[in-house]
Amino acid sequence: MNKIETANVNLHYGDFHALKGITMSIQENSVTALIGPSGCGKSTYLRLFNRMNDLISNVEITGDVLVEGKDIYERGVDVDELRKKVGMVFQKPNPFPKTIYENVAYGLRVNGIKDKAFIEERVERSLHQAALWEEVKDKLKKSAFELSGGQQQRLCIARALAIEPTVLLMDEPASALDPLSTAKIEELIYELKNKYTIIIVTHNMQQAGRVSDRTAFFYMGELIEMDETKMIFTNPKNLRTQNYITGRFG
Amino acid sequence: MSHLDTELKYLKEELIDMHRLVRLQVSKCKDALVGFDNDLAREVLATERRVNALELKIDRDCENILALFNPVAIDLRFVLAALKINSNLERIGDNAESIARYVMDVTEPFPLEFIKKYEISEMADIALSMLDDAMQALEQEDTAASRKIFMKDDLLDAINKKATDTTILLMESKNNRPLHFLNLLSIVRKIERIGDQTKNISEEIIFYIEAKVLRHGGEDR
Repeated sequence: MNKIETANVNLHYGDFHALKGITMSIQENSVTALIGPSGCGKSTYLRLFNRMNDLISNVEITGDVLVEGKDIYERGVDVDELRKKVGMVFQKPNPFPKTIYENVAYGLRVNGIKDKAFIEERVERSLHQAALWEEVKDKLKKSAFELSGGQQQRLCIARALAIEPTVLLMDEPASALDPLSTAKIEELIYELKNKYTIIIVTHNMQQAGRVSDRTAFFYMGELIEMDETKMIFTNPKNLRTQNYITGRFG
Repeated sequence: MSHLDTELKYLKEELIDMHRLVRLQVSKCKDALVGFDNDLAREVLATERRVNALELKIDRDCENILALFNPVAIDLRFVLAALKINSNLERIGDNAESIARYVMDVTEPFPLEFIKKYEISEMADIALSMLDDAMQALEQEDTAASRKIFMKDDLLDAINKKATDTTILLMESKNNRPLHFLNLLSIVRKIERIGDQTKNISEEIIFYIEAKVLRHGGEDR
């Protein structure tokens, strides 16, 4: 089943045509990697799904963007509700200046949940899901800044998971991390796909190979090719995809 | 277990399935030959298609693992070894098929006394035991089992060497059946090839586990 669909999406930043007629389907409980050189539109495309692009002035979007069959750019769509459903993890870990516990509980609290036992249960579950619980269970009241970069990133994933989204957007989630932390994040993505639909932007092609089921290659705002990751990495149909993944340009 | 570990485990399971299937082919072609059992020989021919399909599948899986996971060190050696083990197993399957074809093609059974003279049963048993050692080596990462194969291959080589003289002697005898002799000589050669291919598998297992290259006398066994 398709969780997300876009049909002929065009996006302009003023005069700059950043996305050119993108049509794509993303299956539920799968990992989709978006790859391409800098400025190709992959992050812009990712930010369509939680309407992050709305925060930039001069943006004009046309076409259909459907999440669970509903057009999220329709008039009257509650963006806060959308962002509960579509969580996001950024390139640099960005924990709040709070305790580890409060970082994860934050999303629940701003959504008006006050039941302490409920919050406690959800915090623990989210930290488990983010493969962080064992490392932090004895220091939940410590500042999140005491954690390493890799742990902070997993904390941000736990924070995103706490409000039980069904889609997780990841914008280069491991590019600021060392190889061991990167491996942990990648394993986590592999585990999480059983429950979530994950879209990941990455500059690291090996990472796209390791974590994703399907890969989409973007170039200059166009979707050049999308296929099963193993096809993209063994037998891409488009010469530009082949040149990019073999490092011959980009 | 990491994603790569899961893929490698699956690849190893596939390789073991392939090994079992090919071993069964060799065992059936021996029984078909000794018992002159046409039905069994036909079964070997029919199963050969499965061996070929499995070879293609394992090749494809190796290609995907290399392209998607860029394995290194022991993981890389395992995938490289898997490619070669797979190809050797497929060739062993081809040899079993050829032997089965001899059983199908001749109009009268090979007389048992000739089979005995060429020591074909003994050869087939040695080859099967080599395949068992290779299986144990692969399943349990047991290079001692792998090394047993080299000595057994020497036994096959020795019998193979004698086969030409045996043929000459038999052709000079009163009971001259040249077609049988030539067919049996070919069968001996094929079993000897099965031994060589099993030895190749053994070298690949040692390469994967110990990072030693034994091919072409590269390092001491």
